[in-house]
Amino acid sequence: MVDITPRSLSTFQLQLRRFAQNRLAMISVALLALIAASCFFGPFAFPFTGEDADFDFIGAPIDLASPHPFGTDDFGRDLLLRVLEGGRISLAIGFLGAITAGFIGVLYGAVAGYAGGRTDRLMMRMVEILYGFPYVILVILLSLLFGGGNVALFAAIVFTLWLTPAVIVRAQAQSLSKREFVEAARAGGMTPWQIVLEHIVPNCASVVIVYGSLLVPEVILSESFLSFLGIGIKEPQASWGNLIQTGTAAMDTDLRLLLLPGILLALVLFCLNFIADGLRDAFDPNDR
Amino acid sequence: MAELYTVSDLHLSLPDMTRKPLLGAAPRLEILKGLSFTIPSGEILGIVGGSGSGKSTLGRALIRLLEPTAGSISFAGLDITHLPESRLRPLRCRFQMIFQDPMSSLNPRQQVAQIIAGPLGVQGLDHSPARIADALDQVGLPRSFAQRYPHELSGGQRQRIGIARAIALKPEFILADEIVSGLDVSSQAQILNLLAGLVKDLGMTLAFISHDLSVIRRLCTRVLVLQHGRIVENAATEQVFNYPQAEYTRELLGSIPLPDPDQAWL
Ligand SMILES: Nc1ncnc2c1ncn2[C@@H]1O[C@H](COP(=O)(O)OP(=O)(O)OP(=O)(O)O)[C@@H](O)[C@H]1O
Ligand SMILES: [Mg+2]
Repeated sequence: MVDITPRSLSTFQLQLRRFAQNRLAMISVALLALIAASCFFGPFAFPFTGEDADFDFIGAPIDLASPHPFGTDDFGRDLLLRVLEGGRISLAIGFLGAITAGFIGVLYGAVAGYAGGRTDRLMMRMVEILYGFPYVILVILLSLLFGGGNVALFAAIVFTLWLTPAVIVRAQAQSLSKREFVEAARAGGMTPWQIVLEHIVPNCASVVIVYGSLLVPEVILSESFLSFLGIGIKEPQASWGNLIQTGTAAMDTDLRLLLLPGILLALVLFCLNFIADGLRDAFDPNDR
Repeated sequence: MAELYTVSDLHLSLPDMTRKPLLGAAPRLEILKGLSFTIPSGEILGIVGGSGSGKSTLGRALIRLLEPTAGSISFAGLDITHLPESRLRPLRCRFQMIFQDPMSSLNPRQQVAQIIAGPLGVQGLDHSPARIADALDQVGLPRSFAQRYPHELSGGQRQRIGIARAIALKPEFILADEIVSGLDVSSQAQILNLLAGLVKDLGMTLAFISHDLSVIRRLCTRVLVLQHGRIVENAATEQVFNYPQAEYTRELLGSIPLPDPDQAWL
């Protein structure tokens, strides 16, 4: 008899396979990839940039035959192009922010959870203090520190968002460090760092992936929120946040300026939530 | 026979976190209360006692996963009682442990080859695929298992991996803490046969913790009986089973039906 089941699938591979069978999540992945690709490569197809004003077309409406299919804003800048360029920034900050915050949070949590005792108490007290820090004040302080702009925004986002993954991973690391394979690693002479990196972190992969997928929309939303408040990305550079802000201001006369970036942001958030859902179903053993 | 381990007046207490006051240190819970004994090399020492008597704690102190609070442990003439982790590390390949729960003792994210190679690599020993294959041979598993993950193995097979990981380091001493309690009876017999054979072939010294007195009787040359963190009896196996001295030992023996010791499975 021929054994057709491929041998030796890791739990990780099995989980990925389960994820791939989730239709809604896979559609979301495809749609998200399409949006991301349009944002990153789409702008190259235009003969002008999103900051070039076209004085013949100021506040032009949707007209698929004109050089500006979705019209222009009050300065005569192409709306579609600005939305794509804004998406580039928003998505980049979203993913980079989530990865950075996740990376810091995972390491911090894994170290605290494995170390235990006084180190753990100290590290977690610090997280609590940062949790209690008012978000907007922190952002203002950071933008003073970095002189505003993208770096301050990025720092502010990462600064607040690494806390939750740290707490989640720390709890997981705590229970993992009582498992016998960690004792076996110690008995084999591994250093604490080797144990954290080789035994604790890989076993947090499920929670990290599930939580990380929820982190991305959170980062994108907080970028939009901050840009909306005027702390984040500044004109003339576009981001979905500040485009929506401009759109909201002109909502009464011209809904178009709000709808295009708003719909794209909503679509991305929906996709990310479906993906997060699919990942949780595939990875979270509590549900099985 | 030379003594491999000399333990004298060993005390071990742990902080009792359940009764920790809001401020200040938790009260210490005394678990081992002054144990003295030796383990000659080549011996198979059985450690028995009721649940909570401190068997696992003693075992973990012997391979210095726990640090004693007082007394001393010397291993092959070296005082390892309070040796810091950095100085213990090069010694760790000389004393190893096999764990109770074969599910929890193997990292679910690693393949068998990585699991066995891990400690070998850390100790700077040969961890080539050929060496891994050797280790699998020794515990009677097919070499193709190197690419498997723990969830693809049965309980008995996992326990063999645990044994392979420990003996691959060629330790002088192995601690086996209730290694068969999670297995069915036939796997138990196979695992015990395997371990006994390896210990004999490789000339290792073994400390075997078990609840199962019939297993202890068949496997061990000497028996240590623990009660509430103290040694109540320490004598040759036949002595303990035929002429138990301590009241507690008699109780233990009385509470467990002993099958015919001559039944041949070893
Ligand atoms: N980390 C710990 N902190 C506090 N007390 C502990 C800790 N680990 C064990 N103990 C206590 O120490 C005592 C001895 O535990 P140990 O695990 O050595 O017992 P054991 O003889 O191996 O029992 P069993 O046969 O059930 O495995 C128990 O009363 C237990 O509650
Ligand atoms: Mg025990």
